[in-house]
Amino acid sequence: MSGKSEVPLIVKGKRLDGRKLDELRPIKIEAGILNRADGSCYLEWGKNKILAAVYGPRELHPKHMQDNTQAVLRCRYNMAPFSVGERKRPGPDRRSMEISKVIREALERVVFLNYFPTSGIDVFMEVLQADAGTRCAALTAASVALADAGVPMKDLVAACAAGKVDDHIILDLMQEEDNFGQGDMPMGYIPSRDEIVLLQLDGEFTKEELEQAKTFAMEGCRKVYELQKEALKKKYAVAKL
Amino acid sequence: MNIDRELKRHFIGRLIENGRRIDGRGFDDLREISVQTDIIHDKAEGSALVKLGNTEVLCGIKMEMGEPFPDRPEEGVMMTGAELVPIAAPDFEAGRPGEEAIELARVVDRGIRESKMIDLEKLVITPGEKVWMVYIDLHVLNHDGNLIDASTLASVAALNTTWVPKYDEKTETVVREKDKDLPIKKLPISFTFAKVGNGIVLDPILDEEFAMDARLTVTVADKNVCAMQKGESGAFKPNEISGVTVVKRQVPGKGEVEEEMLGMVDKALANYAKVKKMLK
Repeated sequence: MSGKSEVPLIVKGKRLDGRKLDELRPIKIEAGILNRADGSCYLEWGKNKILAAVYGPRELHPKHMQDNTQAVLRCRYNMAPFSVGERKRPGPDRRSMEISKVIREALERVVFLNYFPTSGIDVFMEVLQADAGTRCAALTAASVALADAGVPMKDLVAACAAGKVDDHIILDLMQEEDNFGQGDMPMGYIPSRDEIVLLQLDGEFTKEELEQAKTFAMEGCRKVYELQKEALKKKYAVAKL
Repeated sequence: MNIDRELKRHFIGRLIENGRRIDGRGFDDLREISVQTDIIHDKAEGSALVKLGNTEVLCGIKMEMGEPFPDRPEEGVMMTGAELVPIAAPDFEAGRPGEEAIELARVVDRGIRESKMIDLEKLVITPGEKVWMVYIDLHVLNHDGNLIDASTLASVAALNTTWVPKYDEKTETVVREKDKDLPIKKLPISFTFAKVGNGIVLDPILDEEFAMDARLTVTVADKNVCAMQKGESGAFKPNEISGVTVVKRQVPGKGEVEEEMLGMVDKALANYAKVKKMLK
């Protein structure tokens, strides 16, 4: 953010990759692709490649972490060292710890944790290739993986970011737009309940711009939500006789 | 389960449902704020102690010479750290910063960075090689809720009174004498809201934080929103973020009344000028 681009990022209402201002990048979601995990999801979102796996509900160790009123949800967002331009040192850093926290808090809204006291549900998200918007992609994939694991949920969480580039509000920033844009607002949203469960923002937005970004992000989330449902139906649909 | 906490949670929830708060404040009232600067006069280049009700945060700024980031050769560097030291609350433990401390530091950092408060381009000695590093370190001294706002205010107050030392290019040493004031462009201020049931209160005290379902911090500078962070496992309705919500509430003697509630972004922008006065 706050860098300056040498070329305009928006020309005649079109973006560098030809998208309209309120258009998502191509998204491909596949549920249940890891054999050992209880639930999993592979997601491609533009150039982002994300793998999510769910283990549990299972006995939680260490024991002092157990909660006798509900399950403990643990989330780990992790970037592969080769997923970004300059090699990232492996292991958790401050950024990934914060992202893990906000993703966990978003998912805690939808998982029926009270069904499984003393147990733990682990959600692992691996970013294999990053191209802006990885926290939204990871949250989207994690929701599908939880559903694939058969964990009881109120609904899926869909996620998508809106941002500000060349004084325009746009949907779903890609790398160039994130690096040289004026702002980014990732959102996690539950369309059926009309609830915002993840919200962050950085950059400079007026009140009106923020309102528009909110509308864009919610609309983006609704589209992502349909793709999530499709992916699950594709895996679990019973063949018509 | 912590029984004391659980009982307070129910009590505070019921109060807020009825339009009241445990310390008697209105939903949109801030606690009393006090700002003292230049507390660590002899060793820190800038410092401030902020009290937000009983919450106390000390911020110290250290200026050091270092290398810029490779992708930002013509900018100084700023870094923010926060320590929840064990003197501040019975459940704080010594050791590496945990999730809460990391989130605190990153949200404070985001507000300062994204508002472009510090003119980092004026902190370059040799492009690509030598720049000033601004280290913002937060020490939470007493935790009675809303650490984010107290910490942002302490950081901004400290930075606003920070001086840049002299740098002797011949001997390549830093001389601890004032060269100039730290170049400041804007003063960002954060406003944190807690949602308890259907009520949203500004500047929660610790007991209200135990009861909250969701939290939102909105950092503003002049007329712009420059950072937001939602926390906790509850949810917000889109209108609660920005826009207008109509809430129904039982008022003794009047029955059910409808009230219009502004979004948190609108409230943060409206409160900016009032808190900005506390600086300088």
